[in-house]
Amino acid sequence: MSTPLFVAAVVAGLLLAVGAVGAIFRIVRGPSLLDRAIGSDVLLVVLSGALVLEMAVNRHTNTIVLVVLASMVGFVGSVTLARFVEDNRPDHTQEAGAQMRPDPSTADHAPRTPSAVKEESRG
Amino acid sequence: MADTALLWDTVAAVLLILGASLSLVAGVGLTVLPDLLTRIHAAAKPQVLGLLLMLAGLAVVWRSWVWLPILFFAWLLQMITAPVAAHLVARAGYRTRHVKRDLLDRDELADVVRRGRHSEHPADTAPQPVVSPDGSAPKPVDTPVSRKDGGTR
Repeated sequence: MSTPLFVAAVVAGLLLAVGAVGAIFRIVRGPSLLDRAIGSDVLLVVLSGALVLEMAVNRHTNTIVLVVLASMVGFVGSVTLARFVEDNRPDHTQEAGAQMRPDPSTADHAPRTPSAVKEESRG
Repeated sequence: MADTALLWDTVAAVLLILGASLSLVAGVGLTVLPDLLTRIHAAAKPQVLGLLLMLAGLAVVWRSWVWLPILFFAWLLQMITAPVAAHLVARAGYRTRHVKRDLLDRDELADVVRRGRHSEHPADTAPQPVVSPDGSAPKPVDTPVSRKDGGTR
């Protein structure tokens, strides 16, 4: 291992570790399922970067297949989660009144709720 | 000859460190940014440019034309799939109200979403003040009031 590659191994390894810690922090904290999905995406790409760094430092080509496969199928998890995500929060402070109204005196409140739920889960 | 090899290794080390620094950017962005959309913005940095720089460093280390199409193939697949995942996550996040509306300057998607809801559910056609004419998002306080007005009108 030459000196520049040793420096690259140490510095880039630390930078990748910080990125992985940030991604794990976002996976743990949340607040929504979609935040965890993008956190896992970043964690996967950090893993690819670590494989690339290890191949560069040790000058071999063993794990390039894993990098290609991670690039190929890594998005399937996020797409699946985004397809099936639902909103079950009781308070609607972000876009109030868009789907369900808290006013029970409105005549068409009851038949709207199932269609609103279906509409939210449609993605 | 040894000097040339050292020079190439230095170039590769710089490329690898630059690519890994975008991973640092993504980690910091995922930690401190306030919103789902801004976090997607930060998370896409190492997926495209970071992986490109690290694969370029790997190509410089290998110095082999045979492996260059494989590296380009890995980056091309990431370029195709990363926007798909980011787009669908952002779309689902918008429709499940994980977007902080007060952080937006303009919301051009609100009209489209309301029109789609209009055409599929004609009972939901009460006037909804989602976007004011200057493009600013409404305060969440006055939205239920005007919904009630639309119901009785």
